[in-house]
Amino acid sequence: MIKIVGLKKSFGPKQVLDGVDLEIEKGKITVIIGRSGEGKSVLIKHIIGLLKPDEGQIFLDGLELTALKEKEFNEVRKRFGMLFQSSALFDSMTVAENVGFPLREHTDLAYADMLKSVKEKLNRVGLVDVEEMMPADLSGGMKKRVGLARAIIMDPEIVLFDEPTTGLDPIMADSISELVLSTQKALNTTYVLITHDIPFTYKIADKIAMLHEGRIVAEGTVEEIKKNPDPVLRQFLEGRAEGPIKVY
Amino acid sequence: MKEYLEKIGLLTKQVVDTAGSLVIMLTQAVMYTFTPPIKARNIFKQMEFVGVQSLFVVILTGGFTGMVMALQSYNALKRFGAESLVGPTVALSMTRELGPVLTGLMVTGRAGSAMATELGTMRVTEQIDALYTMAVNPIKYLVVPRIIAGVLMFPILTIVTDAVGIVGGYLIGVKVLGINSGVFIGRTIDFVSVDDIFNGLYKSIVFGLITTLVASYHGFYAKGGAEGVGKAATSAVVMGAIMILISDYVMSSLMSY
Repeated sequence: MIKIVGLKKSFGPKQVLDGVDLEIEKGKITVIIGRSGEGKSVLIKHIIGLLKPDEGQIFLDGLELTALKEKEFNEVRKRFGMLFQSSALFDSMTVAENVGFPLREHTDLAYADMLKSVKEKLNRVGLVDVEEMMPADLSGGMKKRVGLARAIIMDPEIVLFDEPTTGLDPIMADSISELVLSTQKALNTTYVLITHDIPFTYKIADKIAMLHEGRIVAEGTVEEIKKNPDPVLRQFLEGRAEGPIKVY
Repeated sequence: MKEYLEKIGLLTKQVVDTAGSLVIMLTQAVMYTFTPPIKARNIFKQMEFVGVQSLFVVILTGGFTGMVMALQSYNALKRFGAESLVGPTVALSMTRELGPVLTGLMVTGRAGSAMATELGTMRVTEQIDALYTMAVNPIKYLVVPRIIAGVLMFPILTIVTDAVGIVGGYLIGVKVLGINSGVFIGRTIDFVSVDDIFNGLYKSIVFGLITTLVASYHGFYAKGGAEGVGKAATSAVVMGAIMILISDYVMSSLMSY
């Protein structure tokens, strides 16, 4: 389980996270929603140690991640996978080299075994015969799939997703949601997603948490969130310009 | 007055920030160079990029510089009846000064800008963050191979520039200006010592370090999308070239004692 306690982070005068408290259950899909620029990406970057908080702690199964040194955190990072918003595929490498990259860096697997593992993970995300393609030749949806295959190649315990449906058409977004559900079920992994795609959230989430003005203002199951009368949450879920959230 | 002082203060802060960051990056790079596992494949790839792919540029630079040096020095030395010293003039200029400096500047323009652009693009498209999340240290994976390649390949490129420059000088001096071939070669051997060649090669090692470190630094910390990547490439070339010229003067002064 991941436990976030009183997490604060500011960039210059801007307070992005202002005391985030959140518990992320093991083996479940937790979706963090919120407007663009509310600090969702900043929050998951703290979980995987890309950013250091100004205040607060993050615990993973009781281990305080925020107290770890970079070298110690590197060992913990092997328990994580991450799918970036832009997929972040290495554009100088083929799809197979991209997906197999963590294996090449952290295992002594023979090339044939590595390729077998890469093909298996690519098949799991619905891709065949793409091993030799370059990232530049892939569509947005295919890039996300390759990025997911790379994120799960080491069979991580936790996978973080940064806006997995942004920039995709509704049909492709739905296919990504199917993929999230099927891979999470098959691997029994903890998934943490950040998004502002509400239909996608309702379809996949075991738990939803809304980040607003640097804090978690509402959390619960899909049903609980749908019934929650909080005006900030309602305005966001219903996509209205009028309400307590000011549009600048 | 207050405005000027603020500007000077800000500029000083930026210079100190950059110098500090460069030293930190260099320290980390040196530390990771000797931390296993060492990925030879990445180093060879960068050596090919910095060295082999720069050959054409340095051959062209060395050749024409040697040729023009022969022409100009002939015009000057003829006035004193010392045309026989064209060979040593070209050879000494190339080995001690022009070979390493021109190689440094040309390779900074070609490889330094490309390195900054590549790393800058990796930064703004989150590829460097992706390395961190996969428990791969980006300094070790991206910066160390580039610095090793620069330090190893710059002296080799400098030898090529020196050699091509001297051959260019010989062709102009002997074939065009009519200096006796034996005199040209004999005088060159008389005046140029092994120390002259090594002085240039020591400089080139420092220039290789400067070029790759500065390019890696600007690319690695690029921000602001495509514009930021463009700025990183420009800064890498400008700062790299300035640092080469300043360090050349410092090293020449030290070596002359």
